Amino acid sequence: MSDINTKEPIDKANNGSPKPTSPNADRKLDFASFWEYSPAPENSDHVEIDERYNHFINGEFVEPVKGRYMKSINPANEEVLCEFAEGTSEDVDRAVKAARKAYEKTWSKISGKERGKYIFRLARIIQERARELAITETIDGGKPIRESRDVDVPLAAAHFFYYAGWADKLNYAFPGRKPKSIGVCGQIIPWNFPILMLAWKIAPALATGNTVVLKPAESTPVTALKFAEICRDAGLPAGVVNIVTGAGTTGSEIVNHPDVNKIAFTGSTIVGKIIQKSVAGTGKKITLELGGKGPNIVFEDAPLDQAVEGIVNAIFFNQGHVCCAGSRLLVQEGIADRLIQKLKDRMETLIVGDPLDKNTDIGAINSKAQYDRILEYLDIGVNEGAEMYQSSCSIPDNGYFCRPTIFTNVSQSNRIVQEEIFGPVLTIQTFRTPEEAIEKANNTPYGLASGVWTDKGSKIFKVGQAVRSGVIWSNTYNKFDPTSPFGGYKESGIGREGGLHGLYPYIKF
Amino acid sequence: MADRIEVLKTYKTYVGGKFPRSESDRTYRITDGKDNHIANACRCSRKDVRDAVLASRSAFGGWYARTAYNRGQVLYRIAEMLEGRKDQFVNELKLSGVKQKVALNEVHTAIDRLIYFAGWTDKISQVFGTVNPVASAHFNFSSPDATGVVGIIAPDEHPLLSVISLIAPVIATGNTCVLLASETNPLPAVSFGEVLHASDVPGGVVNILTGYRNETVETLTSHKDINALLLASRDIETGKLADENASLSVKRVVQYRAEDWFSGEHENPYLVLEFMETKTTWHPVGA
Repeated sequence: MSDINTKEPIDKANNGSPKPTSPNADRKLDFASFWEYSPAPENSDHVEIDERYNHFINGEFVEPVKGRYMKSINPANEEVLCEFAEGTSEDVDRAVKAARKAYEKTWSKISGKERGKYIFRLARIIQERARELAITETIDGGKPIRESRDVDVPLAAAHFFYYAGWADKLNYAFPGRKPKSIGVCGQIIPWNFPILMLAWKIAPALATGNTVVLKPAESTPVTALKFAEICRDAGLPAGVVNIVTGAGTTGSEIVNHPDVNKIAFTGSTIVGKIIQKSVAGTGKKITLELGGKGPNIVFEDAPLDQAVEGIVNAIFFNQGHVCCAGSRLLVQEGIADRLIQKLKDRMETLIVGDPLDKNTDIGAINSKAQYDRILEYLDIGVNEGAEMYQSSCSIPDNGYFCRPTIFTNVSQSNRIVQEEIFGPVLTIQTFRTPEEAIEKANNTPYGLASGVWTDKGSKIFKVGQAVRSGVIWSNTYNKFDPTSPFGGYKESGIGREGGLHGLYPYIKF
Repeated sequence: MADRIEVLKTYKTYVGGKFPRSESDRTYRITDGKDNHIANACRCSRKDVRDAVLASRSAFGGWYARTAYNRGQVLYRIAEMLEGRKDQFVNELKLSGVKQKVALNEVHTAIDRLIYFAGWTDKISQVFGTVNPVASAHFNFSSPDATGVVGIIAPDEHPLLSVISLIAPVIATGNTCVLLASETNPLPAVSFGEVLHASDVPGGVVNILTGYRNETVETLTSHKDINALLLASRDIETGKLADENASLSVKRVVQYRAEDWFSGEHENPYLVLEFMETKTTWHPVGA
């Protein structure tokens, strides 16, 4: 049977706008009237989180030289989760010395094959401790357990698995050249995907024969310290991986240490610029994964229901704490009203609350500081004349929670359109032609990721080529894989992580 | 019989496919190193740099949109044009005190280098692009893509060969550029602009400025509409300044200090890749 028979004729009286192809197409999603969700909390009894964590240097957990500690807060209840060491220049120096020694004495001496086997071990132990890591990630950072369980931790293990296999095959990766390791890598990672970002940094560095001093973010240090246990248990030679905890000043000690050969940073564009400036003239290699303001472009020939799911996934995944979030929806004029209504209906079904609950869609905002920042942007948006809409869901009394939010009636020059908010906040603009969509998509200093939604293949390639960003998700959004290079154009960063391209930043010829 | 009075050449800049003088109307003396006057060159201003960046940005879309095959042909055409003007460049290089044999070798190597990079235009994405076997129902591929406008700071030595070795890998893949020619030895670069002009290179793809570095480098390296910098100047301070200013807009910086511009090591695709982004596209697979 041909589909043509079932299609309804174009309604000329209605300006030729496409009619729904299914009688149910415009039916509203209504979960609440029919189903009550019972609490479904993940059991966390078996997860041990120490009261106090120390640095991991030269294969041992060592107290900070100055003896100072900071606190990590569970953002879902604002209670102190644990203490962790505050790294000073002395600690960083010890870590760099350990990494240098390990580089000279062991890691650069053993064969790629043996290196790879160590990395495979790390991948396996992450898989073995997956549930514990997922729960820890959720308690420490506030992200929904469903996400840390199904996305962050499996992808982290997969990343180690992928790069383990590269360790003895590097000569095939760079046609005509013989790659060499660089030395000691200083790596600074953010709080939005703690164990996953750790994997993105450490796996390629080790596979290419480098040693590492890594600093996790000050609001989410725990899984990195559990990873330190994994390194110890895997028998990884002492000093190959060192974890130093602390805040921005600890990070700058790593960046400015003269015996560090390479800096890899993931975080905000503001800090990325400071780091790029600090290494000026030193010859240190640098990779930066910075901010974004991802345009998510929906054409009127897109599959609308799928697009709505994509829009939700693009901006509300991980509370919008995603550098590549699709935070700017660009929707073609003819379908704007319908799409926005569908989006609002879908937003009503999102559950905001206890991150450990398996039904939760949107967890806690990662920290008080970030929570305040998001609220400030909501004010800015309203003051700029934008129209704010939030879902009506309930949110817990304690902890930092933000309802999914959209802004309509915004213009390209608004701060909420130009600046990265890093929260569950979406701006919506309309466009008429592909050219206008491309123009608006490219009109920010960022260029990390974009979405294109259309059923027309040639349009995907036209728009995908013209939009200047490192990742183009067509008819999908926020997909990640260890084999897939990730990284930005323009002010979204320098270099790529993941895939064969993710090896480049860690080698020299 | 009196000797014929030679017609001397006025050296100007090459911006947006035209040959304007500096908007500042200033010039400075170029000598042969023994203080014998060769010519006057334009002493470009900050405004000249900004104008050149604007021309470069305007040309980017069109040049980038050309097919790789076409860009390869244009680069090959530059080599053809240069071959035909070999004598002019040999003589110009000799003015700065270089011997005939060295000058001829420089021109020959420069022509061959253009041909080398002309051949990469339609191969780079085949050698360095990937199809990525993601663990989900998606088709996923990565391809190198031009980064945009590149600021180039040329060295003093081998002013034709070095300039071509820097420009060719940058423009081959669709980037456009603004080049600051050597302060002391800028004339072959300016004349090379005439070759570009006669070679089907669209105006603005390559822009060549002359003048005092301390009047132009700051503006070039801090200009926010430049995406990447390629520095071949040996001056360490300039290198550091470029690094620092690059951080204002997260520019990619390549410090390229060559010992021997004649060496075959300058002919490789890795310099081309420094001025390319990797773009990765996902699409679901399903019926």
